[in-house]
Amino acid sequence: MTSTEPQSDEDLVELAKSGDDTAFPELVKRYSRRILRVARNITNHEEDSEDVLQETFMKAYTHLDGFQGNSKFYTWLVRIAMNESLMKLRKRKTGKLVSLDEELNTGEDTMVREIAVWEGNPEDTYSQEELREILDKTIASLPEGFRTVFMLRDVEELSTEETAEALELSIPAVKSRLLRARLQLREKLTRLFKSKGENTFAYL
Amino acid sequence: MPTCKDFLRELSDYLDSALDPATKKELDKHVEECPNCWVVLDTTQKTVKIYKGCEPQAVPAALEDKLMTALKAKMAEKKCGSS
Repeated sequence: MTSTEPQSDEDLVELAKSGDDTAFPELVKRYSRRILRVARNITNHEEDSEDVLQETFMKAYTHLDGFQGNSKFYTWLVRIAMNESLMKLRKRKTGKLVSLDEELNTGEDTMVREIAVWEGNPEDTYSQEELREILDKTIASLPEGFRTVFMLRDVEELSTEETAEALELSIPAVKSRLLRARLQLREKLTRLFKSKGENTFAYL
Repeated sequence: MPTCKDFLRELSDYLDSALDPATKKELDKHVEECPNCWVVLDTTQKTVKIYKGCEPQAVPAALEDKLMTALKAKMAEKKCGSS
């Protein structure tokens, strides 16, 4: 093995546990971008997301000895970030007494209204920066219960079971929220990306 | 034969390849014959793909410095505590 080969997360965790000062910062470098994205997309608040980033890594470092490696390191880390983000969100929401179920139970979210093919490939039409802004704005407009599931399942690529565990939801609830999140995002993105001249019509 | 509503209900599992082969076969047939469901499938697939493929933004340098400074302090604290 050469020294240039990247070390696995598991190796870095073990090194950090045994007191190697370079190992944990390496894990921070590896995952800080993704953790910040989760925090931004869940809290929708710049300052809160910066706090979440810091608190996530501080907590992970403090509790590293308790991390047994039953799950992947990143799955564990993203769960901490999700909890921290939700706590921030709840703090800002105090005073607004809308329950999560109420928020999700609109009955309209599996409706499909926009039936139109997309104009080319958005990745070619927009710069990476523009596209990121569109995607962030679109996900921010989803109800919290849909954003959280979509972020974990489709962006961070956790399994249905891992997502259910992280959010303390049943597997059918994760699946139902994921479907509704995907359909709502599809609807919103289609409005932006559809081919010009395409007529939309009611469906279902 | 599945209806458009049935297809929509199973769409996520269809995309995640989480369906039993018989249901998948029926839905494949429905998509082939129903242009609306084909469009919904195609654009939902693209929606998921575009999110998956979007690279996260870099952490601003000042924020990264702040994080690393806090972490170093925490690491020193842990070492002092355990020695």
